Amino acid sequence: MATMPASPAAPSSDERLARTGPATRIMRRPEFGAAIGAIVVFVLFALVDSTGKFASLDGIARWTDSAATIGIVAVAVALLMIGGEFDLSAGVMIGTTGLVLGLLVTEVGLGIWPAILLTFVFAAAVGAMNGWLVVKTRLPSFIVTLATFFSLQGINLGVTKLITGTVRVAGIDRGAGFDSARAVFATDLWEPYRFRIAVIWWIAFTVIATWLLTRTQFGNWIFAVGGDANAARNSGVPVHRTKIFLFMGTAMSAALVGIMTALRLRSVQAGQGVGQEFTFIIAAVVGGCLLTGGFGSAIGATVGASIIGMAFIGIAFAGWNTDWSFLFLGLILFMAVMVNTLISRRASAGATK
Amino acid sequence: MTTLSEAPVPTGEKILELKDVSKSFGSVIALRDISLHVEAGSVTCVLGDNGAGKSTLIKTLSGVHEPSTGTYEVLRKPVRLSSPRDALALGIATVYQDLATVPLMSVWRNFFLGSEPTTGFGPLRRLDVKKAKQIARDELLRMGIDIRDVDQPVGTLSGGERQAVAIARAVYFGAKVLILDEPTSALGVKQSGVVLKYIVQAKERGVAVIFITHNPHHAYLVGDRFFLLNRGRMMENWTRDEVDLDSLVKAMAGGAELEALAHELESLGGAAASAAEEVADVVSHPTRGEDTR
Ligand SMILES: Nc1ncnc2c1ncn2[C@@H]1O[C@H](COP(=O)(O)OP(=O)(O)O)[C@@H](O)[C@H]1O
Ligand SMILES: [Mg+2]
Repeated sequence: MATMPASPAAPSSDERLARTGPATRIMRRPEFGAAIGAIVVFVLFALVDSTGKFASLDGIARWTDSAATIGIVAVAVALLMIGGEFDLSAGVMIGTTGLVLGLLVTEVGLGIWPAILLTFVFAAAVGAMNGWLVVKTRLPSFIVTLATFFSLQGINLGVTKLITGTVRVAGIDRGAGFDSARAVFATDLWEPYRFRIAVIWWIAFTVIATWLLTRTQFGNWIFAVGGDANAARNSGVPVHRTKIFLFMGTAMSAALVGIMTALRLRSVQAGQGVGQEFTFIIAAVVGGCLLTGGFGSAIGATVGASIIGMAFIGIAFAGWNTDWSFLFLGLILFMAVMVNTLISRRASAGATK
Repeated sequence: MTTLSEAPVPTGEKILELKDVSKSFGSVIALRDISLHVEAGSVTCVLGDNGAGKSTLIKTLSGVHEPSTGTYEVLRKPVRLSSPRDALALGIATVYQDLATVPLMSVWRNFFLGSEPTTGFGPLRRLDVKKAKQIARDELLRMGIDIRDVDQPVGTLSGGERQAVAIARAVYFGAKVLILDEPTSALGVKQSGVVLKYIVQAKERGVAVIFITHNPHHAYLVGDRFFLLNRGRMMENWTRDEVDLDSLVKAMAGGAELEALAHELESLGGAAASAAEEVADVVSHPTRGEDTR
């Protein structure tokens, strides 16, 4: 065949390929299953609701409060999972950063704003360390961040007890600038429903993360390092740098939630956040992130966080024992992984290895 | 450094040359006194059995390894490449088999991976999605690859099409030398045909293609020059006129090595000599239709 000019009249090389319609396109989206799931869960809990408030603005303000703090970190965890890694230290980081903020204010005597800034710097450093250890040791991030998780859990308790003699740091509201910081990170909006400002942060996070992921060069690199790190490297993608940035992202998003919680409660428990790392991963996976990396979305993680928030509040509103909420999470996770696996099999079907 | 992308290199011009290059890893000598040249707008085939040193040779050409001795010249000027990035900057691109594309990513995202076109400034710098999709579609079409939907994941393409996407990408990004490491070895007959077609397309666009293979049939279909590598040595250097398919097949079946051994034994004389004569006889008349792979 001679060199062919760019003309759309070229013969179709493969008539077996069916044209994908808009319906298939929507179904191929990672968050498709989660969106259906969210509707089902919403309707379910609206039906079993014993307070008559679940579907009202009051009720929505309640479950979005719960969902927002999960969602902010889950979005960053989703980006990291798409990049092919896990961060099991994202939960404990909420406590660690809250304590750092508290100690900087109460023990060092810094104002709230400088303390917040330093807390973010601290979180970025911990995230960078996680990422650096993962790319340098080439150990699974599951193990590296599990080690970080347990180390931080120990440090949180040890240092707090050593300095305060108790397991909490109190008196954060004594810091200069507390009121203005609270207005930014921990206030309520829209009286009388009392939506948390965290919801605004959550929505902003979702929008920015979605834009980053689908519309920027860095987003392309995230998909590539998670999908096939070797191919990405061969194409000139800075694989290590991309992964380290993603670990910094999860640590800093956990710091945001840690700061929000500390400002809201005016004190920090040493055990704060522990156990939440799996909630974030569940939200990301329910939202369509593949455990093997390379596929998923930020919106999906947000929908996943909504499902979890609705379940926590819905079960309470139904008058059931809240112990059941973990069973519910387990079932949702299992179903989501099944659906995701089917999708990934279909996406790689036809690939002749 | 000389950049190949600056001015077009006329077809037939020596674009790359290795002069007496050796490469050893500790005590293992992977390449021994290799001399090879590549001409613009032609397909240079490097044939060799497993362990012959093909991968070491292309890694030397693509900047992964530096030669232990000997010189590497680009447009008749010596160069030192210390990374694949250096090679890419010179216009020397390598498509590694199965390590070229990310299956779950769309065709257009793969096409631009690592060199994404952006628009806007500062924090608003973003992918130029429309342009990227358009270019990907047009460029693939120019190579004769009609992919209806550049949004479909590369994993849904056939193995041959995936190699083709990687080749089209390298050509678009200004590769003047394209090194393909066994692009057909994992493919069926039909898919191999697809890849061979794109090799010719790339050549017709003025690219010098280095085609590594252990399949003499594939090499013979597209090659302009054939180098035969065996145990780290360059055994043959044939132009298309100097060779026919039979000799290529025979050479790949180990004929050259056996013949060399026969000569060696003959010079020893005695009982070995007559056995060697017999072997030489068999080697020069190989059984037709035997499996050569
Ligand atoms: N990095 C390395 N270290 C040591 N030995 C190597 C290395 N790379 C290749 N070799 C040796 O060089 C020889 C040629 O290998 P290779 O170039 O991979 O052959 P081919 O690609 O033709 O199968 C083999 O004996 C191999 O063991
Ligand atoms: Mg090899």
